[in-house]
Amino acid sequence: MLSESIQEARRQLEICNACRYCEGYCSVFPAVHSRRAFDDVTVTHLANLCHNCRGCYYACQYTEPHEFALNLPAALANVRQQSWQDYTWPISLSRAFHRSGVAIVLATIAGLIVLMLAIHQLGSWQGEGFYGVLSHNAMVSIFLPAFLLPILVIAVSIRKYWRASHAGHTRGAAITETISSAATMNNLAGGHGEGCNFEDEDRYSNTRRWMHQATLYGFLLCFASTSVAILMHYFLNMPAPYPLFSLPKLFGVSGGLLLCAGTAGLAYLKLKADRNLGAASAWGGEMGFVLLLFVVSASGLALYGFGDTAALQALLVIHLGAVFAFFLLMPYTKMMHGFFRLAALLKDRNERLSRST
Amino acid sequence: MQQHDIVIIGGGNAALCAAITAAENGASVLILESAPKPYRGGNSRHTRNFRCMHEAPVSVLVDAYSEQEYFEDLLKVTGGNTDEELARLAIRESQNCLPWMQAHGVHFQPSLSGTLSLARTNAFFLGGGKSLVNAYYRLAESLGVEVRYEAPVTHVEIEGSQVIRVDFDYQGEACSVSPKAVVVASGGFQADREWLARAWGPSAKNFLIRGTPFNRGVVLKDLLDQGIQSVGDPTQCHAVAIDGRAPLYDGGIVTRLDCVPFSIVVNKNAERFYNEGEDVWPKRYAIWGRLVANQPDQVGYVIIDSKSLELFMPSVFPPTVADSIEELAEKLELPAAKLQQTISEFNNACAEGKFHPTELDGLSTTGLEPPKTNWARPICDPPFYGYTLRPGVTFTYLGFKVDKNARVQGAEAPMENLWAAGETMAGSILGQGYLAGFGMTIGTVFGRIAGREASNHVK
Repeated sequence: MLSESIQEARRQLEICNACRYCEGYCSVFPAVHSRRAFDDVTVTHLANLCHNCRGCYYACQYTEPHEFALNLPAALANVRQQSWQDYTWPISLSRAFHRSGVAIVLATIAGLIVLMLAIHQLGSWQGEGFYGVLSHNAMVSIFLPAFLLPILVIAVSIRKYWRASHAGHTRGAAITETISSAATMNNLAGGHGEGCNFEDEDRYSNTRRWMHQATLYGFLLCFASTSVAILMHYFLNMPAPYPLFSLPKLFGVSGGLLLCAGTAGLAYLKLKADRNLGAASAWGGEMGFVLLLFVVSASGLALYGFGDTAALQALLVIHLGAVFAFFLLMPYTKMMHGFFRLAALLKDRNERLSRST
Repeated sequence: MQQHDIVIIGGGNAALCAAITAAENGASVLILESAPKPYRGGNSRHTRNFRCMHEAPVSVLVDAYSEQEYFEDLLKVTGGNTDEELARLAIRESQNCLPWMQAHGVHFQPSLSGTLSLARTNAFFLGGGKSLVNAYYRLAESLGVEVRYEAPVTHVEIEGSQVIRVDFDYQGEACSVSPKAVVVASGGFQADREWLARAWGPSAKNFLIRGTPFNRGVVLKDLLDQGIQSVGDPTQCHAVAIDGRAPLYDGGIVTRLDCVPFSIVVNKNAERFYNEGEDVWPKRYAIWGRLVANQPDQVGYVIIDSKSLELFMPSVFPPTVADSIEELAEKLELPAAKLQQTISEFNNACAEGKFHPTELDGLSTTGLEPPKTNWARPICDPPFYGYTLRPGVTFTYLGFKVDKNARVQGAEAPMENLWAAGETMAGSILGQGYLAGFGMTIGTVFGRIAGREASNHVK
């Protein structure tokens, strides 16, 4: 399967390399044009470098019905999806969740049940706010392994991918450029700043770029909120709940709002976009993942808004259950794209720096 | 059906520039494009840049490119076969086109890798001509221009010096409209292979058409039959040598082969027929179409060895590979003994010297006819590689005679409500030869003029 999608991407890349009209759109084409041949490793690297902005598809003179039948965004998306699945242990889980939104929904329901059982069995007789429903220690004993195990799986996958991709020597400048590229999503700017061709055929728009960044920064703020809260809990002896003007709340509420808006926006754009320019077989899994993130952020916000009402327990079950499912599914969902993308960007910067010296 | 002020026949760059200009000037405009939507845009779909005069660095263009230098470049390729007034008009106006294009949604990018020789003279479209066409269609539709795809015009009825009716097919029905003004921008006739064979000779059946299959010259022929004045040699087309395995139509840019200067080229009898190292490839690729067209069966074979494989832009189809000349001859279906002989004669005529792939290195054969005057290195290091070459037709020269206002000239007098733009009138300026990116310049300049004149006429 992998070899088939790589073979198709290679066929298309060879045509692109003889044409070169798309050079200015993104990082993929200069990387293509610096090569004469595309082995499997290179095709996989280029696939992970592609941000699926689709500019090259709408500009292409060789799309169907032309006999060359180019659809590079889809060809690379298929290879990319396949690489996340194949580099992650266990592959069977990876295949199931990447492709199926239903599987993600079922996993989330399972997460909710686990949390309900936990609350029912472990309960809590002390503590304020949500610690009154589930104690701090019970939460830690559930979430610490549910967070660390997936991180370990991801680390192993990325290490395997990085080694296989012969990424070369990494210099400081390459790391800075990689972070800046991810921070600004300049590969979704279309080369001219007007954005990509996603939700309305060949019209340029930055909406997807902004929605993605809202999601990314929202997620990072939520992560920062939890991290700061952990530090405050253990080192400053300041357990939750926290007032609005505290770091965990400021990070958490702003992050939650961004994440909520970003994921809702991405889901909406995904409905409008042409499915055939992405990994069509993974559409459900990708949509399921975006919606799961939406549930995580929306339920978190609801918990903040209605945490002191009778809805507390129900909201806590939904929020923690969704977070639980999200953590465990990280290695097997679209979440992987971020790690592979960073690795591909870093390899690309390494190559550029060595080309220019 | 709503009556439009202006009907534009064709849907490429010139047609769109005319439509946008006319719509911005307040006219209601109908575009009749014969191609279906995925193939809209005629040959503009395949273009990649436009040649632009400029006094100082502007947008993606470096240095300067003066009117005089531009005009001299044109004189060189056309051998003086141009209309100086129209040519200078196109050249001067090109500098106003660049900002106009940017303001109308076209994005530019720096000269592509492998095309540094054009960085000063040609502004490259980001994504190529199809993205330019897309931007123009989107804008035209937002200006209220109505576009009909798969609407080939079958006849333009002329009475005196007026167009009184345009007939076209649409969704299986024969339709007619009587607009106040008409702009023809529907290209040449190169996709009509019968016409090409009548004009050029039977060998044209072996030509490949590099661009759109929809430029069949229907309106061109229809109007010329009614006494409209023409320019350009009716028997000639512009052809370059391309990969012989290219599709019959629409192969576009990727079918070019840049390896001739590092090769020997033989015909089907395994004989060389022209100096492969005469000049750098950008200055010579255009003559090779004709050279190959004059060989038996209109086919050529490029032979290189492993030393040269990475000296040129990658080809879209992989070359034929063999470990020996005999094997290569067999795979290319060439007479093996003769190919051996041609190559050993060539190899023996090569001299020692410094090889430099990107400039005229003077590494020439001695005592060989025809000679190879640059980059002559023996073909001796296996594996050996071969490509077939065929003539690839880009456009035909026959077109409408126009004045500086893009007005078409009738049998007796200038037409009152008919203008032409783009390839269909380019013969006025390009009598022969071709200058990279000049077609888009002519299309943009005269498209805008035609749109302006037509919309002023209907006010």
